[in-house]
Amino acid sequence: MEIFGIPTALLGSQLLVGLINGSFYAILSLGLAIIFGLLNIINFCHGAQYMMGAFVAWIALTRFGINYWVALIGAPLIVGVVGVLIERLMLRRLYKLDHLYGLLLTFGLALIIEGIFRDQFGISGESYEVPEALTGGVNLGFMFLPIYRGWVIVASLIVCFGTWYMIERTKLGAYLRAGTENSQMVQALGINVPLLITFTYGYGVALAAFAGVLAAPIFQVNPLMGSNLIIVVFAVVVIGGMGSIMGSILTGLGLGLVEGMTKVFYPEASSVVVFVIMVIVLLVRPAGLFGKS
Amino acid sequence: MNSKSYLETKLPLLFGVLFVIGLVAPFAVYPTFLMKILCYALFACAFNLLLGFAGLLSFGHAAFLGTAGYVCGMMVRDVGVTPEVGILAGTVAAGLLGWLFGTLAIRRTGIYFAMITLALAQMVFFLALQIKETGGEDGLQGVPRGHLFGVVDLSDNLAMYYLVFAIFCVGFFVIYRTIHSPFGQILKAIRENEPRAVSLGYDVNKFKLIAFVISAALAGTAGATKTLVFQLASLSDVHWHASGEVVLMTLLGGLGTILGPIVGAATIVSLQTQLADSVGSWVTVIMGVIFVICVLSFRRGIVGELQVLIKRSGVN
Repeated sequence: MEIFGIPTALLGSQLLVGLINGSFYAILSLGLAIIFGLLNIINFCHGAQYMMGAFVAWIALTRFGINYWVALIGAPLIVGVVGVLIERLMLRRLYKLDHLYGLLLTFGLALIIEGIFRDQFGISGESYEVPEALTGGVNLGFMFLPIYRGWVIVASLIVCFGTWYMIERTKLGAYLRAGTENSQMVQALGINVPLLITFTYGYGVALAAFAGVLAAPIFQVNPLMGSNLIIVVFAVVVIGGMGSIMGSILTGLGLGLVEGMTKVFYPEASSVVVFVIMVIVLLVRPAGLFGKS
Repeated sequence: MNSKSYLETKLPLLFGVLFVIGLVAPFAVYPTFLMKILCYALFACAFNLLLGFAGLLSFGHAAFLGTAGYVCGMMVRDVGVTPEVGILAGTVAAGLLGWLFGTLAIRRTGIYFAMITLALAQMVFFLALQIKETGGEDGLQGVPRGHLFGVVDLSDNLAMYYLVFAIFCVGFFVIYRTIHSPFGQILKAIRENEPRAVSLGYDVNKFKLIAFVISAALAGTAGATKTLVFQLASLSDVHWHASGEVVLMTLLGGLGTILGPIVGAATIVSLQTQLADSVGSWVTVIMGVIFVICVLSFRRGIVGELQVLIKRSGVN
């Protein structure tokens, strides 16, 4: 079977890769968006925290024999706690300054984290075994679907939409949205805004680590795995605009798919296609697809 | 008033002293090392024009440094032009790229501006990695230094040093004049209060774009010169690490001060050279730690802190 002269198996597998990358873009840009909403900081070490999630899972498995399912919950918690410490000890001192200082501080932190992991583990990369329950695959007729990859997409979508539900439909989410609009007013109404900020940063960081654990069996667990990814995610954020949670999710998934398709039809451009789309969006709709101003 | 004028009256004297130090330095210190410092100092000064005086944080300045390096390298090695034409070509190429980046990036402000410049620079990085002409991961190797104006042999390190020093002085003068011109005053006004500058009738985006192009072009001058010095246009110059380094140099030296970027560049380059032998891969960690310290508790930078000290002692 062929479509546009491309075998459907190839098309299907690239669509799958695109969806998986898109899921990671979605989780990461979602985390960036909720952090930015409340803290007005772009978390440059988001990629490093994603990498930490993958490494915590890998260390847990190889050194302590802790399995994938525990790591899937435990690694985001551990990295989230590190995030809480970063917020309490450092980011907190910067809220009254220009927002750019937050970007610079987290950039420095990203250098530190990546440098330490590179010194400890080298840059060759480690592999993480696919958990036993998710090995093998299903033949869908037009393509072969490895079960783990299907699981990554499902798990990402659950987390993304769960986050969306929490922010848009629960009381906690209402506080968060109110804090994004006007944090002083929310503070005046008796809500503990500093605690809310700490929780939000920790949650955003935990999301990044969760994506890292999901990614561990697919990609090599490598100290630099996050640093190139995060720049693409920045472009995703510029394209989508950080105003809307659902917007971040949809933009992430959509761009992953576009990237996957570019790999099929014009592979040379696949590494830059997201940036090209960013340029076009800036020319046509500078505020971003889902941006407000 | 008194303290400020005190600083300003001493400035020409300070420049004079620094100029003389620059002239005799190669007899005391290894010239290649000095040339590296001067290239990065010009790079950082160009960057500081944008961040320190126009308030625009570009996280993509490596694109200008690297692209100019490639263009200069190709012109000198493959086309066979003289070095000064190569540097000029690199500068023009970086300026054009800066115009392109600037046109796109000034459509957004603040944090988005930084992210857009970073993303565009990453695109340049991927292109440099893939295109055959740039040599991929190897970069452009074996770029000859050639003869300046077809006469002066630059393979002599001392001759090369004085060329780099001259280029640095010209670049520094351009930046100094830009900052102290009416144009520079308007940039500062935009940095301090953009809506007010708009209401005064200034076409803010035009001023930002011009500043961006000047900054990019001079970053290009630094990159092209660096290529000649090391006879190599390397992929690492286009990498976002280089963009981060120039931010660090400027921040450490003193954001928005005239001499800060030079001090910052000299400090960071010396540190990297010293540390590379002793601690190896920990250099990145140390750079990160300096970054964090600067942001948390040393935001004025070295020169900024010195200025405060001098002002205080001037008052007393």
